[in-house]
Amino acid sequence: MSENSNPFTYAPAPESRELVSIESSYDLFIDGKFVAPKSKKRFPTINPATEEVLSKISLGGKEDVDLAVKAARRAYERVWSKLPGKERGKYLYRIARLMQERAREFAVLETLDNGKPIRETRDTDIPLAIQHFFYHAGWADKLEYAGAGSHPKPHGVVGQIIPWNFPLLMLAWKVAPALATGNTVVLKPAETTSLTALLFAQLCLDAGLPAGVVNIVTGDGSTGASLVAHKGVDKFAFTGSTEVGKAINRTLAASARPVTLELGGKGANIVFEDAAIDQAIEGIVQGIFFNQGHVCCAGSRLLIQENIHDLFIEKLERRIEEIRVGDPMDKNTDLGAINSKEQLAKIIELTQSGEVEGAKAWQPDCALPSRGFWFRPTIFTNVTGAHRIAREEIFGPVLSVLTFRTPQEAIEKANNTPYGLAAGVWSEKGSRILWASRELKAGVIWANTYNKFDAASPFGGYKESGWGREGGRHGLLPYLTHSSTPRVKSGKGVRR
Amino acid sequence: MSKERIDVKKTYKLFINGAFPRSESGRSYPIYRKGSKVLLAQPAQASRKDLRDAVRAAREARSKWHSASAYNRSQILYRLAEMMEGRRSQFVEEIMAQTSASKSVAEKEVSEAIDLWVWYAGWCDKIGQISGANNPINGPFYNFTSPEPVGVVGVFAAPDSPLLGLVRAMAPALVGGNTLVVLASEKHPLSAITFGEVIATSDVPAGVINILTGIRSELSSWLASHMEVDGLDISGVKSGSGEIRALATENLKRIADFDSSTSPNRILALMDQKTIWHPIGI
Repeated sequence: MSENSNPFTYAPAPESRELVSIESSYDLFIDGKFVAPKSKKRFPTINPATEEVLSKISLGGKEDVDLAVKAARRAYERVWSKLPGKERGKYLYRIARLMQERAREFAVLETLDNGKPIRETRDTDIPLAIQHFFYHAGWADKLEYAGAGSHPKPHGVVGQIIPWNFPLLMLAWKVAPALATGNTVVLKPAETTSLTALLFAQLCLDAGLPAGVVNIVTGDGSTGASLVAHKGVDKFAFTGSTEVGKAINRTLAASARPVTLELGGKGANIVFEDAAIDQAIEGIVQGIFFNQGHVCCAGSRLLIQENIHDLFIEKLERRIEEIRVGDPMDKNTDLGAINSKEQLAKIIELTQSGEVEGAKAWQPDCALPSRGFWFRPTIFTNVTGAHRIAREEIFGPVLSVLTFRTPQEAIEKANNTPYGLAAGVWSEKGSRILWASRELKAGVIWANTYNKFDAASPFGGYKESGWGREGGRHGLLPYLTHSSTPRVKSGKGVRR
Repeated sequence: MSKERIDVKKTYKLFINGAFPRSESGRSYPIYRKGSKVLLAQPAQASRKDLRDAVRAAREARSKWHSASAYNRSQILYRLAEMMEGRRSQFVEEIMAQTSASKSVAEKEVSEAIDLWVWYAGWCDKIGQISGANNPINGPFYNFTSPEPVGVVGVFAAPDSPLLGLVRAMAPALVGGNTLVVLASEKHPLSAITFGEVIATSDVPAGVINILTGIRSELSSWLASHMEVDGLDISGVKSGSGEIRALATENLKRIADFDSSTSPNRILALMDQKTIWHPIGI
């Protein structure tokens, strides 16, 4: 059916690009100034939806990282550690307000650089990032009530490495609690998504944040490795793959420096026979196709009670056919571009393994743009627990469907993974929800909902999905030491 | 003919799944009275297979211990303190024999160990209240956070103070609802096995606490790298903790490392916080 003859198709509704001005190249942000990298290296950042080169980003080398850590140390010792909490809080409030004022600009820039739909950056990424600064601003002068003793102390200089799936939001998750607790920061954004972090650097200047309190060193894996290897960093926080998280921890093991890790997941979304089916369908779609499935807590395994499997899958496929895939700048788009060529190759490789191993793939018949990196929403049925697509994190819009007969079997299958970040439960029976929520080995349980986030809600994994929590009162604790209680080693191993 | 009675000596064995087996390897090692060549005992020298058996027992005991109500666990641990009090003189004698402690020093250690145990027993039904939260969400959701045990925890008893070093390491992990594999002090292992007898006569379910004696340099790396151990309390490790941390990275074991023996944070270090969301609506 052509677009003209169907009254229910959406006319294009593109967001304007005029709001943002992107410079042809960007420097590093060190000690309150934009400075050219000592490495003299730069690399292009592209729009994954069009492959257009947006700008050139500085590749921070060892020397650049060293300058950033030293700037953060100076800022900590001379300014930030001497500032009362209520004054630190005011800076965070300022940043939150400046972000609100420029929210639309951040949303557009994020969508251009990341490939995710403007609807998501506008309604989720940016508002949540703002909430994180606002929420943590209020903690800065109340830390003695956070549960880390009556005189909690910051660690000093914090090294932070963030992923490309929620660039500004992950920055907010890291920077806001670190500053509220009195630490200074050296942050490395992800290689493919640095632009909003660099706009954030400008905001730090606009807010009058003292020089060196926040330093942003863009670059690739080697930049991150230099940061992890730097002895001047007192505490680390990393969000990314389990593999890299483990490598970081091996580097830090000997010195016992504290580290927070938010790593991978293979979230089970369990639908019991008594679930509200249409509501569950929406939750499953939200769980796996939100942000192209580039979500560590994605509900990438659907566990469905056997007796409702056929009906449920039929309805799910009908719903997926309505997903609008395409131009991320279009306000009607549901599924945007895959963030990079590398990630697309990984998704293709894993889905091919699914077919080879005997699972059955289904995709809607939707058109894809000719340029850029794209992948259709995909569901696999006939999946067993041994298939790679049931065990490995795909980090794309690919759902693996497994079945169960009894609630005990559902829990056993759900927990049969080294990951433990998030899980979903769909049922209309309160006692069953509470039972399943208790039995599931995961740090976040969404019952009759999925992929909900909030600055006040602790987020983080069980098992190999990570260490520590981010968000809420619990998220402050990894950034504080207990130096007032003399018999407790400061910060060492204190993870909650 | 001498009228002196020949006393009955104890065989010190391992404590796994509620039973007292010898090491499957048949190995044992001598412990002498402090400062002499007088043999005190030949405790078992646990093998890697013994350690695996202990981990399996601890894994299987998880649901029994965790699903017991917090009030119930609290009473069970308190009763364990009662059993310790009943064995007071045996603990004192063993401490004196293994170390050069005087009677008053040994008695002080036993009292402190019992009192610490009572302190921790009371935490079972309180730790969730001081560390959980009801989170004020920006939306129509009920959202709450509560701590849960990580699972199986490997515990390193401190080498000095035979009984207190053991109790300090075990109690916090146990209170959090974890099940334990305990490495006894290599030099002073006898108190640990007598403690096993206390456990066996308390109501702690079999497998919840498993105690291994043997050579620390062998056992540490096996315990730290075991993929079915979820956490470690390494506060009692005096050297080589960097290597243990590196090995523990393989499955991201939670690590507790504290100087303080009386901190609720030590309990929480071996617990994971779970956050549950549910929509609110009519």
